[in-house]
Amino acid sequence: MRDRLNRLALNVIAALLAGLFAAAVTSLILWARGDSPSFVISQMWHYGTQPSSEVTILNSATVYYLSALAVAIGFRMNLFNIGVDGQYRLAAMLAGAFGGAVALPTGLHQIAIIVVAMLVGASWAGLVAVLKVTRGVSEVISSIMLNFIATGLIAYLMRPTILGHRSGANDITTEPIPRSGQVPGVNLISSAGTKVYGLIFLAIGMGVLFHIVVNHTRFGFDLRATGRSSSAAQASGVSVKKMIVITLLLSGAMAGLVGMPALLGDSYSYSSITFQTGLGFTGIAIALLGRNNPIGIAFAAVLWAFLDQSAQILDINGIPKEIVQITQGVVVLSVVIAYELVRRAALARQQRRVGRALATVPAEMEGAPA
Amino acid sequence: MTVQDTSAPTATVRLDRVKPARRLGRGQLWLAALAGLMLLALVRVTTNANDITSGGTLGATIALGMPIALAGLGGLWSERSGVVNIGLEGMMILGTFFGADFAYFTHSPWMGVVGGIVGGFIGGIVHAVATVTFGVDQIVSGVAITILATGLARYLAGVFFTGQPGGGPTQSPAIPQFTRLRVPALDSFFGRIENHHWFLISDIAGLLRGLVTTLTPFTIVMALLFPLTWFLLWRTAFGLQLRSCGENPTAAETLGVGVYSRKYVAVIVSGILAGLGGAFLADFAGLYREGQTGGRGFIGLAAMIFGNWRPGGLVAGAGLFGYTDAVQSRGGAKSVHALLLLVAIIVLLVGLYALWRRRLATGSLAVVVAILVFIWYLLTKDVPIELVTYTPQILTLLVLALATQRLRMPAADGIPWRKGQGA
Repeated sequence: MRDRLNRLALNVIAALLAGLFAAAVTSLILWARGDSPSFVISQMWHYGTQPSSEVTILNSATVYYLSALAVAIGFRMNLFNIGVDGQYRLAAMLAGAFGGAVALPTGLHQIAIIVVAMLVGASWAGLVAVLKVTRGVSEVISSIMLNFIATGLIAYLMRPTILGHRSGANDITTEPIPRSGQVPGVNLISSAGTKVYGLIFLAIGMGVLFHIVVNHTRFGFDLRATGRSSSAAQASGVSVKKMIVITLLLSGAMAGLVGMPALLGDSYSYSSITFQTGLGFTGIAIALLGRNNPIGIAFAAVLWAFLDQSAQILDINGIPKEIVQITQGVVVLSVVIAYELVRRAALARQQRRVGRALATVPAEMEGAPA
Repeated sequence: MTVQDTSAPTATVRLDRVKPARRLGRGQLWLAALAGLMLLALVRVTTNANDITSGGTLGATIALGMPIALAGLGGLWSERSGVVNIGLEGMMILGTFFGADFAYFTHSPWMGVVGGIVGGFIGGIVHAVATVTFGVDQIVSGVAITILATGLARYLAGVFFTGQPGGGPTQSPAIPQFTRLRVPALDSFFGRIENHHWFLISDIAGLLRGLVTTLTPFTIVMALLFPLTWFLLWRTAFGLQLRSCGENPTAAETLGVGVYSRKYVAVIVSGILAGLGGAFLADFAGLYREGQTGGRGFIGLAAMIFGNWRPGGLVAGAGLFGYTDAVQSRGGAKSVHALLLLVAIIVLLVGLYALWRRRLATGSLAVVVAILVFIWYLLTKDVPIELVTYTPQILTLLVLALATQRLRMPAADGIPWRKGQGA
């Protein structure tokens, strides 16, 4: 227990140091152009803590959280699902088209759309899994390729003659989802005037589920064991291939959820132009930042969303808001370095302790029966 | 390549499983190239899609294939030393920004080349510090660098290009470009032969016209980097040491090779090459635009895998990808459709060869695919252009799925290694 607390403290310190380092780099860049870092920070803090900003932050964080969870499932088993990006876009598009095409009673309609999204995400990830276990293709390369192919496939399917639906002058969307399939927002911050995605509760539920499955089930144990050492897991009777397939399917199903809060709570249709892209990569960054831990990821998602939203004020002051993307990039890179250093330090300490223990044991062992 | 491989002790076990792929001699390679050209000519004559071997298409192939090839060459340097570089995309983005920035503010295209080197160097050294010194997972570091580079290029573009004529946060003003080395006499001579549409002769003329009309000093210098890389990595002691770090760093260390320094050099060169690829893109387009790389860093990586971690192979892969890109971007729905016939013939030949070698499963699969593609060719008039754009990616997946057993990456590729870990 003490050991675990120690490690937790070390990790938190590492994350804070990485954050400080990123802040320092950002300040340096701002200062080089003649902008005052303290002015920028106070502006961002002031704007980011306004109620309407808080709603936007919670909404973005919901989406980031789901994406990061999808990535984290793979990471726990040392599988790198770079394909979350393609999986969620394809899932959102097809689920959107499905939701607009069917007529179902409220309740069932939302569930059906979400299930379709999960199935699509899982099948797109399933391709990666099949290629990996049958042909030995690295999931990193195949999922990068499938991200591109998903873009092409979506563009093709969005043709007005297939699933597309012309709305407005030059935007093509899927058929809008009727009211029976929408998820209303919730009034979490009453003074804001805007609402938080109703599916924020789905995201929280998924986080809890993630924790239970990974840490308190036989499957989760196998998952973590395979991640630590696939050969050891194989030797103890775990079918590594089966684990790879299941993990990638679960990761893909989770990725399918990423587009849902916006689809069911805001846009009600998928559009190639306005639907948010690149969330899969954000998810990778946030999963790394949060150490693949559901609580860590939640903090990281809120931080990321805060930076995104509060930077919107900067352009008005003549400072390119893209400065926060530098902050985000530096945070991710320095945090993985910091975690690696902590891991090495912990390993070295453990080795020293084992060494000390071994040095004292033989004397006692001699008397013991073999 | 996978993160998972890091748990494998060392990859010596894999060697005995893999039969070394037979390598073609120089004569056979020329023969294969000629056969390929003849096949193209045949398809052109049967389908009447004259654009598939026109000078314009082949010129565009060089222009579009070069950045991919440079990124792939960058990947080759890095992975040969045992460091996977997914950050090529990010390094390329830095190359496009710095290339355009330097060229614009100094009014010299050559300074754009320097800019590409600077941008790539920045990305490369970050990756080297993270992966070699700190032993961070190489794929994680590569992804983080791409995120960082995207943000950096956006910020810097906002700072430097806002207020310039035609410039802004998402694009630069027009930059000075390299002039093309045109030889008008040859151009019109080859052009005339090409217009006769003779079998094979016009195709060769098209190839030559593409060559004489698109070359710039930049293209020529970049083209020299490929034989130079081959020479440095396969014919010098330094190259042997560098490659030994990618095969078995512990063994290299026991022989006194400075593994860290070799990896540093390799990763930094890798970044510079990707940066040059970015600068090439900016020069060709005449400006920097956000998202200009369009995933070419990743496609370069794919070309390198396609080429089995060898310079010649990666050039062939990049050429193929550049070619499909060229045919597609010249808007030739007809040309793309004609290529289906070519695909069907090639897959059929591969399948028959496999059957002759008694590899029944692969062979019959290939023959079935060939027949399906042929039916597709007969039944349709064009190919969905949205999907054609992603031919390189689809092709890479197919090659990986069908030929992984024949590919061999450096044995210690992707595995973090620490000084003295073998002791």
